[in-house]
Amino acid sequence: MPVELWLYFILTVMIVGSIACLEIKNILSSIITIGIVGLALSLAFLFLGAPDLALVQFVFEILCVIILIRAFAKRSVKLTALKRDIPETVIAVVILAGIFVLSIFALKELPSFGKPIVSVAERYLTKAGMETGSQNIVTSIILNYRVYDTLGELTVLFTAILGSMTILRKIGRKKRDAK
Amino acid sequence: MILYLMCFFLFLVGLYGAITKRDLIKIILAIGIMGYSVNLFLILIAYRSGALAPILEKGLEFSMVDPLPQALVLTSIVIELGITALLAALAIRIYEKYDTLDITKIRRLKG
Repeated sequence: MPVELWLYFILTVMIVGSIACLEIKNILSSIITIGIVGLALSLAFLFLGAPDLALVQFVFEILCVIILIRAFAKRSVKLTALKRDIPETVIAVVILAGIFVLSIFALKELPSFGKPIVSVAERYLTKAGMETGSQNIVTSIILNYRVYDTLGELTVLFTAILGSMTILRKIGRKKRDAK
Repeated sequence: MILYLMCFFLFLVGLYGAITKRDLIKIILAIGIMGYSVNLFLILIAYRSGALAPILEKGLEFSMVDPLPQALVLTSIVIELGITALLAALAIRIYEKYDTLDITKIRRLKG
């Protein structure tokens, strides 16, 4: 089977899964459904020639599901009884359909699937092995050519973790000093 | 072209959830869906038909896919996990303060 057919199948699964994830009432089922969407994305990366990304997506999706279940399912959060606002939903759907129609014109201008404009990457593909000594070119880009980008990524991750620790701690600093 | 359109449709599904849902958990999940579709779109653009993964091997002279978007999307996936964790922490705190996750009922400004 060609790659396109697999991708149509996987994307259909992802779209149906995300609609189900947004419409299911039970919160645990909703979180597990987004896990399915993420694992389908990992499969799509595998078909598109990105095995590193597939591995990373797999691991981080499972971590994400664990975090969300730990945060919400155990606390027995009651989903608020949602009355559906019919006019708001209709307006949102109409506007999004308009954006979709406009996007057809925009996406037409892109090079068609399977024939990209590879100009920057040509240098990486031909010279990365010689210049960095790494067999995996993605690794040589992350850790050699664009290492400041990776440093920024780690800074963002560190800040996010620091932020969540600060938000979640039970006792503030002043209270602890007073004891 | 159809693949790009389906990918953009996935983005719009996430946007629909983020606009119309009133539950904070659903909004967090919708933001996650939008992130998935953007990552997938970048990798779809980089794909070259019949190409292999960008790993060098002796004696192989096949064409390889564009490695640059893969490196950037790798960064983006890691950051998405951090964002999800931060949003979940904020939602837990809000639930402790207000006893609800309905965004129309979270109105008090005082702590």
